[in-house]
Amino acid sequence: MNTLPPAPERFIWNRSHLLGLEDLSAAEILAVLDTAGALREVSTRSIKKVPALRGKVVVNLFFEDSTRTRSSFRLAAQRMSADVLDFSVSTSSVSKGETLADTALNLEALGVDAIVIRHRSSGAPHAVARVVRCSVINAGDGGHEHPTQGLLDLFTIRQTFAPRGKKFSDLHVAIVGDIAHSRVARSNLWGLTRLGAKVTLVGPTTLCPDQFAGLGAEVSHCLDDVLPRVDVVNMLRVQFERLASAAFPSIREYSRYFGLDEARLKRCRPDVLVLHPGPMNRGLEITSAVADGPRSGILRQVNNGLAVRMAVLYLCIGANSFAAKEF
Amino acid sequence: METLVTAAQVEGLISDLTRQILADPDIAADPGRLALVGIRRRGEIMAQRIGARLQRPGASPLDIGALDITMYRDDTVGIRPMTIPMGTVMNFRLDDRPVVLFDDVLHTGRSVRAALDGLVDFGRPRFIRLAVLIDRGGREYPIRADFVGRNLSVPPAARIRVYLKPTDPCDEIGLDRDPAAGAEEVCR
Repeated sequence: MNTLPPAPERFIWNRSHLLGLEDLSAAEILAVLDTAGALREVSTRSIKKVPALRGKVVVNLFFEDSTRTRSSFRLAAQRMSADVLDFSVSTSSVSKGETLADTALNLEALGVDAIVIRHRSSGAPHAVARVVRCSVINAGDGGHEHPTQGLLDLFTIRQTFAPRGKKFSDLHVAIVGDIAHSRVARSNLWGLTRLGAKVTLVGPTTLCPDQFAGLGAEVSHCLDDVLPRVDVVNMLRVQFERLASAAFPSIREYSRYFGLDEARLKRCRPDVLVLHPGPMNRGLEITSAVADGPRSGILRQVNNGLAVRMAVLYLCIGANSFAAKEF
Repeated sequence: METLVTAAQVEGLISDLTRQILADPDIAADPGRLALVGIRRRGEIMAQRIGARLQRPGASPLDIGALDITMYRDDTVGIRPMTIPMGTVMNFRLDDRPVVLFDDVLHTGRSVRAALDGLVDFGRPRFIRLAVLIDRGGREYPIRADFVGRNLSVPPAARIRVYLKPTDPCDEIGLDRDPAAGAEEVCR
């Protein structure tokens, strides 16, 4: 008699919210990546839409400027057949003094199923998630987390290295630049370390303090030392809008020590993957030759971001609707 | 689990379905444009195994697609726990083509309804036929199969479990009278 081993437990996604990657298990992160992998195909069809979230309403609640993340969430929701409400802070009652909680509760009273929120304050999405019953998706909160950016970076890394037989635990990733102000760096760090990758944070001491070593990463202040050892270089944008004081003497000096140009790229492994969350300061942290060159995964990141956000909306809204039915 | 159809009999059902498809005059009229689409996962395996038998020597390979109906179901969001979808693989269009849709078990008709919604996103087929290994009755939607391996009458709460090579270690169709119990024993 030949008896099958017990069927592997089918993974069930239970989270109504995506607030950060710090909270997610490796299995949950991989579940989002797998779902995104399954949904990627939808965008290649002539009819780029599936009815999974028909009748659901997603609101984009952005308190900070954003073009790509907002458009990406909007398109992702539309590809899943959800209706999208764009809520602009400048035209809203927020400018009249309404609190964040009241704004969220008012949106919920309109019947929205998910709030996609970007806010300059760390923890704002968490505060909203505590007062509403609908799903809350963090689209960037201050310097804290930007989980969908982290997930799309992970997706792009896996898409590049899985066909070469490499797992996350085989990979070494450098995150370069303004680590101190970067929510992208934090989400990447949580996600990558949870999946077993090695992470080195690189930047000037003012933007990449040694305390980050406590979060499970190496810290280095010399990009040239790190480049030959890594499989992925994730170049962060220098965020002029978040720099309270001059963290480096001049743009030229930053670029000389921490910018990725063709000469530096030659120090890397030949199959290195170059990422950048955008928008790029061309000529500052990355040169056009590198950004548009064969090692760059930057446009694939944008493309994958759509599938990742479709997956996140699908899983969170679905789990929240299911939980609501159960009780 | 009690065996309903043995490995040898599964092979017989596959052959029989192949014969039924070949005997369809509308399909026979334009065999070169035939496209096969299986509902993932075991409908996909059926499509591949029957496709291998329908393949005419020297002709270009038959188009065989795999449809994940998760995104088209009427009971996904809010009714079932959220599992991870497998994804659809369709590298061809269906416009003006004869299409055979495969599923392992036809029961309520809801999966087939979802699949029909999914199929038409890939074009406007000339017609769609439905081929199933087992028709167990119990329809809730007005759907019927064109090609049936075997009709079976089973208790409503029981579950028919289909195992097909190569994704399963053997061919077998069994009756699970208590699906909640979980233990699966196949390939005696």
